[in-house]
Amino acid sequence: MRILEIRELETGYGKKQILFGLSVEVRKGEIVALIGPNGAGKSTVLKAVCGLIPTWNGEIRYEGMPINGATPAQNVARGITFSPQGNRVFSDLTVMENLEIGGFQLPKKEASVRIEEVLEFFPALKDHLRKDAGKLSGGEQQMVALARVLIPKPKLLMLDEPSLGLSPNLVGDVFEKITEISREAGVSIFIVEQKVREVLEICHRVYSLKLGKVAFEGPPEELKEDKAKLKQLFL
Amino acid sequence: MGNTALENQIKRQSNRRMLELLEISKRFDGVFAIKDVSFSISLGSITGLIGPNGAGKTTLFNVITGFLNPENGTVNFQNRPLTGLSPFKIALSGIGRTFQNLRIIKGLSVEENILLALSEGRVIRSIIKAFERRDSKVEEEKVKELLEVVGLSDKRYDLAGDLSYGQQKLLTIACCLALEPRLLLLDEPVAGIAPEMIEKILGIIKELPSKGKSVIMIEHNLDAIMQVCDRVIFMDAGKKICEGTPEEVRNDPRVIEAYID
Repeated sequence: MRILEIRELETGYGKKQILFGLSVEVRKGEIVALIGPNGAGKSTVLKAVCGLIPTWNGEIRYEGMPINGATPAQNVARGITFSPQGNRVFSDLTVMENLEIGGFQLPKKEASVRIEEVLEFFPALKDHLRKDAGKLSGGEQQMVALARVLIPKPKLLMLDEPSLGLSPNLVGDVFEKITEISREAGVSIFIVEQKVREVLEICHRVYSLKLGKVAFEGPPEELKEDKAKLKQLFL
Repeated sequence: MGNTALENQIKRQSNRRMLELLEISKRFDGVFAIKDVSFSISLGSITGLIGPNGAGKTTLFNVITGFLNPENGTVNFQNRPLTGLSPFKIALSGIGRTFQNLRIIKGLSVEENILLALSEGRVIRSIIKAFERRDSKVEEEKVKELLEVVGLSDKRYDLAGDLSYGQQKLLTIACCLALEPRLLLLDEPVAGIAPEMIEKILGIIKELPSKGKSVIMIEHNLDAIMQVCDRVIFMDAGKKICEGTPEEVRNDPRVIEAYID
């Protein structure tokens, strides 16, 4: 069953068109990866889904309901959360304060319960709750960012390059955590990644974009085993 | 100069280095954005500069055009060093550029944008000449010619802000050409526009060498790069990884490795 369905989406920034009739879907419980060269429009897809940029044409449906034009806050309330690229944490706030921001739409009591629940997924963070998030390592900061977007109990979690700037061993830890979130929390995950090899290891399906269109859709095995195909998609 | 004479001159000089970068390095907050990059561009060539985000491509354009000073290395243009010169002096020497974020004046007409570029060219060419009386007939001819080159003649009196994104890109090329550069640096000339407009822009770029101009273009649309460039330079993480014909670069295993990380 589809949790997210994007049909013939066209959008961009100002007059600059980035997506040219893109169709993608995420089914319940899936990890779906969005890969492709720079400028393909990967991050733009996520921004359009969560309502950060308006759509020009096409339709975005979440649990069967059209959500074009919905605000990010409305989408969070519906169960869509988004961890954007790069800006992982509010550096000057403590880890706990970062998590509390994740629950800003929830009643205070419910937010506290959710923070406790989410921390069970991230036991290493429990020792750092009073520390400024900016003082944590890059890998720990990414864990805070992941924890924060889980607080509203999303059904669809969208991650934009969670591996960005992390050392190879930390990338492994983050990807392992993403798999765990998918498996144990039953969250559908839509992930944009440049670390193609690593994301192909954890996703159920993959879309490769080229110049704002889907150039490939299929199981990750098809790309893992076909280097020539991968090259064709990226070059 | 007739077309044949110009073509012969270009042929004679085609082995001459138009632009030469020697061991250019630039750091931001201690991190190398460009490290020891060297290459040269010959007269009448179209060179593609490609690479993942953060490769240092636009930084390199900023160094060549004097918006940034390199910490090490030299940029020579037509055998003269550019390093340390201000952007306007570099433009005066014959290097024009376009930007990813177009930098046109949306509240002015297409014609006015080009006239402004022409007047900038006049200021650049000579401060004294800047005070000379505008020769409206010459400007009229020049505007007409530039509009024809980029195919915007029927948009002459439209507000630049009312143009489509692709047409705005054409306008930036016209404004760049107004400065009569020998070398054009085009930053993502076909990004974000519809396929038919891409073909139009590529057609214009392809014609530039026959007018005695060389081009370096940054572009993520590799099909476009393959279509118009005779040389391609691939950069990753601030370094030049390889250089060659489009086919050679496309088949270099280091290129695909960098893209899929």
